[in-house]
Amino acid sequence: MATDNKTIEDIANQQYKYGFATEIETESAPRGLNEDIIRLISAKKDEPAFLLEWRLKAYRHWLTMKEPNWQNVHFPPIDYQDMIYYSAPKAAADGPKSLEDVDPQLLATYAKLGIPLAEQKLLAGVAVDAVFDSVSVATTFKAKLGELGIIFSSFSEAVREHPDLVKQYLGSVVPPNDNFFAALNSAVFSDGSFCYIPKGVRCPMELSTYFRINAKDTGQFERTLIIADEGATVSYLEGCTAPMRDTNQLHAAVVELVALDNAKIKYSTVQNWYPGDKNGKGGIYNFVTKRGKCAGKNSKISWTQVETGSAITWKYPSCILQGDGSVGEFYSVALTNNYQQADTGTKMIHIGKNTRSTIVTKGISAGHGQNTYRGLVRIQKGAENARNYSQCDSLLLGDKCGAHTFPYIEVKNATAQMEHEASTSKIGEDQIFYCRSRGISTEDAVSMIVNGFCKEVFRELPMEFAVEAQKLLGVSLEGSVG
Amino acid sequence: MTKEEIMLEITNLHANAAGNEILRGIDLKVRAGEVHAIMGPNGSGKSTLAQVLAGHETYEVTDGTVTLDGKDLLELSPEERAREGVFLAFQYPVEIPGVSTVYFLKAAINAVRKERGLEELDAVDFLSLVKEKARLVEMDESLLSRPINAGFSGGEKKRNEILQMAVLDPKLAILDETDSGLDIDALRIVATGVNTLRRPDRAIIVVTHYQRLLNYIVPDFVHVLLDGRIVRSGGKELALELEAKGYAWLEDAGARA
Repeated sequence: MATDNKTIEDIANQQYKYGFATEIETESAPRGLNEDIIRLISAKKDEPAFLLEWRLKAYRHWLTMKEPNWQNVHFPPIDYQDMIYYSAPKAAADGPKSLEDVDPQLLATYAKLGIPLAEQKLLAGVAVDAVFDSVSVATTFKAKLGELGIIFSSFSEAVREHPDLVKQYLGSVVPPNDNFFAALNSAVFSDGSFCYIPKGVRCPMELSTYFRINAKDTGQFERTLIIADEGATVSYLEGCTAPMRDTNQLHAAVVELVALDNAKIKYSTVQNWYPGDKNGKGGIYNFVTKRGKCAGKNSKISWTQVETGSAITWKYPSCILQGDGSVGEFYSVALTNNYQQADTGTKMIHIGKNTRSTIVTKGISAGHGQNTYRGLVRIQKGAENARNYSQCDSLLLGDKCGAHTFPYIEVKNATAQMEHEASTSKIGEDQIFYCRSRGISTEDAVSMIVNGFCKEVFRELPMEFAVEAQKLLGVSLEGSVG
Repeated sequence: MTKEEIMLEITNLHANAAGNEILRGIDLKVRAGEVHAIMGPNGSGKSTLAQVLAGHETYEVTDGTVTLDGKDLLELSPEERAREGVFLAFQYPVEIPGVSTVYFLKAAINAVRKERGLEELDAVDFLSLVKEKARLVEMDESLLSRPINAGFSGGEKKRNEILQMAVLDPKLAILDETDSGLDIDALRIVATGVNTLRRPDRAIIVVTHYQRLLNYIVPDFVHVLLDGRIVRSGGKELALELEAKGYAWLEDAGARA
C-alpha cells in the first residue's frame, strides 16, 4: 500500500486556483462587535426601523449564547472582537445602479472566477447575484425576470423595495435565536440574495448567487431568503470562493427557503472556499445554517451540495416538512483533504401526513481530512405514513484520514417507514493498478473512481454545475494519490 | 531468429515479492504473430510473470531485462506500458463501483490514443467501436453501462477483459488464467474472441493451468514454468504430454537438471 498512499498524498497536495486577492478600495467598519457596529451596518444600508430592532434583538440574544462544542470538528477559539463585520468595495458602497456602475476591477475578478456577469454572456440562462465581501454588486437579468413578477435582487434592495415580504418571512424558518451562528448572522448580516417567485410561476432560468470573500480579516455574513409562492418552481445555484490567506476567516451565512402549496425549490451549492494550505494553515470556517420549510401541501424542497472547500465545514441544510404530502431531499458530496474537517448532514423534520424524505450523502476523506455525516430524521406524532430513505457512503483515500457517521432517528408515529443504509470503502491499490494497466494515470484513476462514487449526487445537479463539480473534485484531489 | 524480429525479450528475469524470490531467471523470446502458452503448477510463478510484465509494483525486479521492440519495459510505469501496447487480461478483474464499463474504456482508449498521437475518439465513434467489439465476445450491451465488473458473473468478467483487449488494440496481450472459472460455453466464447484477435503484428501470451484452453487457442509454443524458471519449451504437443504425464514428470527432470 506504500505507493497507494504516496499517490493519495500527492493528490492531496493540489493548488487552490481561486486564491488570488483583488486590490480594490474598500470601506470597512472598525474591528469588533457592539451595538454601534450594528447600527452602523443598518445605517449604511438605510434600513427601516423594524430591521434594526430585529438585529439588535438578535445581538442581545447572541450575547447570552455560548459557542456550541458538540460538533466533531476542532479549531482554536474565535475572537469575535478581532473581526471586521462590514467591508464593502468603496465604489459599490452606495449600491451600483447598473452594470456600468460596477467597479471594473470587480468585474475582472468575477471574469477570473468564470462567472458570466456581463449581461451579454448571460445567454447561458443563469441570472447571477454576486456578493463580494459584504455587498451585493450586481444582479443580472432582473428586468427579464421582473416581467414574470419574479423578484431577484440583493437582500438590501429587497429590504428597500419589498419590506413587507422581508418582514413577513425573515426569520420565519431560521429564527434569530436558533443557534449561536444564526444569531450572530441575524445581528450583523450585511447582504445576500432575495428571491420571490409568485403564484404559479415557473422560473425560466437558473438563479445563481456567487459569494466571494476578498478583504482580509472580514467575516462574511450573508443572508439568503427564497420564497416560492403557491405552485411556483425555482432552481437556485450558489457558488463560493475566497483568496488564500494565512488566517482563518469566518463565513456564517443563513439561508431560508419557504415553499407554499405545491411549490418546488431546488437549491444547489458548490462550495469551494479556500481550504487552507496543505499543513492546515488558513482557510475559511464555513459555519452555515440552511433550512427550508415546506409550509404548503405537496411542496418540495431539494438540497444538493458539493462541499470541497473550507478549512471547516459545518452545516446541515434541513427540511421542515409541515405541509401534508411534502417532500424533502438532501444530496451531498463532502470532500476533506489535507487537514480539512467537515461535519455536515441534514435534518428532516416530518410534521405533516404522508411526508417523504430522501438523504443521499457521499463523504470523501483524503490526506488528514476528517469527514463526519450527522443527520436527524424526526417523525412527529401527527406525521402519519411518513417515509424516509437514508444512504450514507464514505470513501477513504489513504490511512491518515477519517470518516464518521452519526445518524439520529426519532420516530413518534408507528406508521413511519424508515430505511437507513451506510457503507465505508477505500480506494484500493488493486483498483488503481487495474486502471493503470489500461493506460489511465493514477490521478485520472482516482478522479474517475471518486466521481463514480459521487454519481448519484452529481446527477441531481443542474448540467453545467455537474461538470464544474466533477472538475472541482478532480482538482481538489490532485496530488493526493501516487 | 534475428533480434529485429523479436517483439518481447525477457532475459534472466528475477523478481521478489515481500522478500521471497519468485522468478529465478526467466528467459523468453516472443515474436510478433506468435502465441505462447505458459503452463505450470500452482505457485510456479506464472501469474507473477504476468504481473511483472504489466508493471505491478508489489513485485521487485532484482535482476534481468525485459524489452518490447527493443525498448526497456522495466523502466516504464504500468500506464506507460499500456500505452506502449502491453495488455494484461486479469485473472481476477477488479470491480469499480460507480464507473461504467463504457466510461472506463473511453478513458482508457483515449489515454492510449493520446500517447500514440491520435485524436480522442468522440462519443459516437467510440460507442460504435465498443458495440462492434462487444459482439465479438457475445457480450450483452446492457453490461456496458453497468459499473465495471460489479456484480458480473465469472464469465462476464472474463469476456469483459477480452472486450477491453479488443478495444485497446494491444501489441502484446498477456492472458492470465483467462480460462479459470469458465464453463465450457463461456470458454468457447472467450477463446473464439481471442482467436479473432490473433494477428501477424500482435503477440499473445496465454498463462494457464490446464491444457483445456489450448484446445481452443492453439499456441505456437508452450513453456513450462517450475519454481520460477522455464524448465521446458516445445510446440503445442508439449501441452498434451503434460496433460498425460502431469507436472511431476518435469519436476523430476528439473531436479536432475
